[in-house]
Amino acid sequence: MYEHDVVVVGAGGAGLRAAIAAQEAGADVAMVSKLHPVRSHTGAAEGGINAALRDADSWEDHAYDTMKGSDYLGDAPAVEALCRESPEEVIRLEHWGMPFSREDDGRVSQRPFGGLSFPRTTYAGAETGHQMLHTMYEQVVKRGITVYDEWHVMDLAVTDEDDPAERTCHGVVGYDIQSGEVSGFRANNGVILATGGMGQVFDHTTNAVANTGDGVAMAYRAGVPMEDMEFIQFHPTTLPSTGVLISEGVRGEGGILYNEDGERFLFERGYANNDGELASRDVVSRAELTEVNEGRGIEDEYVHLDMRHLGEERILDRLENILHLAEDFEGADGLTEPMPVKPGQHYAMGGIETNEHGETAIGGLYAAGECACASVHGANRLGGNALPELIVFGKRAGRHAAGEELGEAKIETGRSGDWQPADYEFGIEVGETGRPDTAAADGGAVAADAESVVGAAADRAQERVEELLSRDGRNHAEIRSKVQETMTANVNVFREEGRLEKTLADLRETREAYKDIAVSDPSRTFNTDLIHTIETRNILDVAEALTMGALAREEFRGAHWRKEHQERRGCARAWHLAPRPLP
Amino acid sequence: MSTQIPKQTEESTETDAKTEPASKGDERRAEKRRRAAERREQRQEEAAEKAADDESTVELKVFRYDPQIEGKQEPRFDTFHVPFTKGMTVLDALMYARDTYDSSLTFRHSCRQAVCGSDAMFVNGGQKLACKTQIAELDEPVRVEPLPHAEGRKDLVVDMEHFYDQMEAVEPYFQTNEFPDGELEEQRQDRENREKIKMSTRCIWCGACMSSCNIAAGDNEYLGPAAINKAYRFAMDDREGEEIKQKRLEIIEQEHGVWRCQTQFSCTEVCPKDIPLTEHIQELKREAVKNNLKFW
Repeated sequence: MYEHDVVVVGAGGAGLRAAIAAQEAGADVAMVSKLHPVRSHTGAAEGGINAALRDADSWEDHAYDTMKGSDYLGDAPAVEALCRESPEEVIRLEHWGMPFSREDDGRVSQRPFGGLSFPRTTYAGAETGHQMLHTMYEQVVKRGITVYDEWHVMDLAVTDEDDPAERTCHGVVGYDIQSGEVSGFRANNGVILATGGMGQVFDHTTNAVANTGDGVAMAYRAGVPMEDMEFIQFHPTTLPSTGVLISEGVRGEGGILYNEDGERFLFERGYANNDGELASRDVVSRAELTEVNEGRGIEDEYVHLDMRHLGEERILDRLENILHLAEDFEGADGLTEPMPVKPGQHYAMGGIETNEHGETAIGGLYAAGECACASVHGANRLGGNALPELIVFGKRAGRHAAGEELGEAKIETGRSGDWQPADYEFGIEVGETGRPDTAAADGGAVAADAESVVGAAADRAQERVEELLSRDGRNHAEIRSKVQETMTANVNVFREEGRLEKTLADLRETREAYKDIAVSDPSRTFNTDLIHTIETRNILDVAEALTMGALAREEFRGAHWRKEHQERRGCARAWHLAPRPLP
Repeated sequence: MSTQIPKQTEESTETDAKTEPASKGDERRAEKRRRAAERREQRQEEAAEKAADDESTVELKVFRYDPQIEGKQEPRFDTFHVPFTKGMTVLDALMYARDTYDSSLTFRHSCRQAVCGSDAMFVNGGQKLACKTQIAELDEPVRVEPLPHAEGRKDLVVDMEHFYDQMEAVEPYFQTNEFPDGELEEQRQDRENREKIKMSTRCIWCGACMSSCNIAAGDNEYLGPAAINKAYRFAMDDREGEEIKQKRLEIIEQEHGVWRCQTQFSCTEVCPKDIPLTEHIQELKREAVKNNLKFW
């Protein structure tokens, strides 16, 4: 068993920042990640980091924009933390050497972004995430922080009191992808989940293959409420065959969307008579899918994004990377033909419920970054607000876990505060995720000490690995693609009651099928068959929580569209989806 | 596969003995699993036959090796027939082969968009990122091997530790003695200087350059193109200041540093991010010479 003060799960933007903060606060910290840190998907972020750096701007204006963008579902203390602290965090990144784009006077550049009242988006070309990720990993190297890379965290080691709020997280269980070793990681002070997005719940996403919602699913099984899971941002211009993102910049420069009949449908079909191609992401995504659904899509799947009229010179000057993306990932030449695009899952606004210090309802368990929901994004996220979330809340979680006093949190978690049972009746039994694989000893012997909780968790994980490796059964790929297909068909941009209920039924069936899952590769080294099998269960749990949220939220708000409920509820209170108590 | 079935039956008998009341259910479940496995095998065979007949398929020859598995300890090539679709990349084809024919086919991959640097491989004799290599541009059969000059772990996965060690040997983090006074004040950097280091900051640590380099193949201690490029990224960054630059030049001037490079340009040719690696190494050589002249 490994032992550290603070264990950070995941090594993208939020995880790296959390580890650095915890170490600065004096903790012995380790990062455990299924990918080497520089492989994390933070590296794919293009746009930028919103920060009120200049005298003419203010954090209050940033907060106002963020709250408005969230359709008033963001939680004020979290939004305040984000906007107040983003400037100092951005300057810190600059002091760590991040190569920001610059103004003539040598200061960090800022550009306008959708929904912002001031051009406050700092950036490093169109590769801001890549530069941020590498800059922070450099700091981890400098500080000699321990990284267990290519270690897949299978589950949390949490005590098993009936009331989740009384449980404590003592560590995690990891599986060393290279050696096949299963080991407990005891965390004396806290575990910070920073596992990123959950895009693999859908079959068309800008997210990485590794973004399987592991942290969200593990926390859910341990009894932590999931918040606002139904709010998923779909980006309107992704390449059909891979989901690779084509930046909004193409439309910003004048790129035009056409349907199969060559109509400029955003205007000609009246979706967005004023803004056209530059309408908000959810509006354009819905317009594109309506075209496809009504038979005016190309190959019944996508629409065309044409930038040829901009001319070769302008394209090469400002959109050169788009030419590479379209060519490398779709085999399309943007200079001579229109590029095929369709909406793709891009970002999860919801996730593990936390307060503004990153604390969850379970003692010793924290979450930060895309896997967490503090909430700063509410029903929709502004461009440029994801990256500051990583560094601000990563830092806060790291400090708090290391024992620094941050004052009393204003956001309540778990069943405290104004929690109430949902009055929504689901058509079928849902939410039976089962016990966490790794809950402590059976028989309710509660006062187990930390070491035995982690030890028991590791034993159960080991058993599970042995079982999966030794038996015959179904392959994960078949199950995973079923989940992804039903989610993309029914819980995508458009959501209807009947289809959402069908999805819950499909997922229930898939959950049954998962019981017969097996790993056919018997190897103990780099057994990606095994890793994908474990991830597939996480995908299932996340998909179900997301669908339940989509059904229970009977309104059209932000990124969440409901056919039967086109009105927006006046009551602006965010509500949370709590998992059923464990049997 | 067939060797596993008896083993599985044995184990489930053991389990049955322990939890007697559930034995019927367990048997049914075991039976279901066996059937599922059989169905899967059948489907795989059918898909393979169909794909082999079809003209619009791609033939992949993929390197296979697993030190732990009997029959895979001797490296071999497996052939997969994958239905071709427009825009298909080598990574897409590998994923299809894995998910359809053989779930033990192993390779690293994550972002699918050439930014995570996980999937550098040796494709038809060249170092490539599998995710940004279009099948349509390759001669068939497409031969996929792990990166040469790196220790193979399993199938297309190689040990990256040596590469990471070299990257970390050049003090790959920003250092300066000249921070501005104000707490919320950034260091100034002119556009020209930012532009100068821009390409060097695009490195995604894929290891293609190191694998292509003859010198690195012969001298295990050679820092290699990627690590030297990382040193370049800091040495050329005006924000670090002269004092730190001296230290940087000393690091890259070491016995296994820049002077080993024989300007063969292989690293520059394979770099998937188009970083002018050889030029950067040459420039550091010139800086080092200038620097030494100053002191003599």
